Amino acid sequence: MLRILALLALLAPLAARATDAATITRQGNGKGAAPCMACHGVDGGGMAINGYPRLAGLDAAYIRRQLDDFANGTRSNPVMQPNASALDANERAALAKYYSALPVPARFAKPPVAKPDASGERLAVRGDWSRGLPACVQCHAPGGVGVGPNFPPLAGQSAAYIASQLRAWQHGTRRNDPLQLMQHVAQRLTPQEVEAVAGWFAAQPLPAREGEP
Amino acid sequence: MKSLTMALLCACLLAACSHPAAEVSGAAKPERAPATGVASAAASKETAPAFAPPAESDIPAGPLGDAIRRGRAIFTDTSKYAPDYVGNTLNCSNCHLDAGRLANAAPLWGAWGMYPQYRSKNGRVNSFGERLQGCFRYSMNGKPPPLDSDVIVALESYAWWMSKGAPNGVKLAGAGYPKQGFKPPQPPDYARGAAVYAKDCALCHGADGQGQQVAGRNVFPPLWGAQSFNWGAGMQQLDNAAAFIKANMPLSRGGMLSDQDAWDVAMYMDAHERPQDPRYHGDLAATRAKYHDTPMSLYGTTVNGHLLGSEPAR
Repeated sequence: MLRILALLALLAPLAARATDAATITRQGNGKGAAPCMACHGVDGGGMAINGYPRLAGLDAAYIRRQLDDFANGTRSNPVMQPNASALDANERAALAKYYSALPVPARFAKPPVAKPDASGERLAVRGDWSRGLPACVQCHAPGGVGVGPNFPPLAGQSAAYIASQLRAWQHGTRRNDPLQLMQHVAQRLTPQEVEAVAGWFAAQPLPAREGEP
Repeated sequence: MKSLTMALLCACLLAACSHPAAEVSGAAKPERAPATGVASAAASKETAPAFAPPAESDIPAGPLGDAIRRGRAIFTDTSKYAPDYVGNTLNCSNCHLDAGRLANAAPLWGAWGMYPQYRSKNGRVNSFGERLQGCFRYSMNGKPPPLDSDVIVALESYAWWMSKGAPNGVKLAGAGYPKQGFKPPQPPDYARGAAVYAKDCALCHGADGQGQQVAGRNVFPPLWGAQSFNWGAGMQQLDNAAAFIKANMPLSRGGMLSDQDAWDVAMYMDAHERPQDPRYHGDLAATRAKYHDTPMSLYGTTVNGHLLGSEPAR
């Protein structure tokens, strides 16, 4: 009993250090996980040009599940799989909480103007029911601001990231969607539509404007 | 004799639902319209012509086009554009998908040419406008807009435009919900329905059935409770709900559920409390006998230990 207590006393500070999310984002966890900010930015806003997604302000349960799914392989990514695997369960939970609590960086209120492409807007706000495609905003909320832990915001993500995910759904390298909703939807999109709809959402402000479709 | 046959048929279909046997409720019981009899519906299924509505971009310019566009706006954002007549947070387009355009999701073009129509629901010949009034009273748990109100005229304009070129008075393929011949292999079951709901529906509609909202607006609509359709709405009937669910749910994955799952989960949804039937005047059994005398309605019956309609949501 004493030995167990002694062991716990020894481990406690280690555990506390290991799950210090802010430290991991800056320095990694010392066990193979790289500093998150190297790709996701100091403010958690991501890097649009490389398609590294924004994490700041996303739902904690959503981030947590993505980390778990990178680790278990239902979401494949050559960078994130080793990093997520190097994080223990406490660290993943702490990072999810940390990023969900970060404010959405102000620059997302005025996103870059997209190349106008009517097909992107049409798919986003009307869908194409002749092909069984609901409007994206029917699940991702008006303006693409997202709702709950299962329907992440598309506004406030880059076109490169959104398009890469649609292609990942198409190719089955991402298959962690509930009820396989996104795999089915993505299969029905042409390569041009993937680019168009990603461009439209990337141009939507976060927070949304009033009366967004 | 006919009602006895119906009662037996229904009892077989729904033996698991605890409800009073279909009772003849006297003179008040509305008669079924000959035109909607089973035989004629079966015959029309083979020949039901297909129809595709015009593209939204073909809505004309000018005042008529403005009314059509306003009808569309009311249809898809009902409480914003018809606030005086809506008592919940639903939109017409929650059940009439793709802004009322989608086949097998009760498209407007499938309804327009079928009115005026005799309806057993109120025992008289209804104009299309009166049918819309019923939607507001029951599905929207609100008040019927006057027939000459801009709300009704705009919705009629939208339905008329969408139906341009459709044959008049003909049941079209994809009209209504695909109820024809859609029966549960086994009587619907509440407990099985609860399991289906948790697995395939709660993701969007929430474990508590109250949908999900952003900034006060529904992203996913509530399925029961104070903000859903009331006990007089068509969707509280199991056959309507089961057919809608089978054909259309989850969004983008219509047809995913087995027939049994669709019926079971329809029963689960419709075995929850919702706002009172506006035709209720203090006597649940009498309201059931007069307006819900069908095994397709659970109103006034006891399911899962609760007498439905006895504690309506407010």
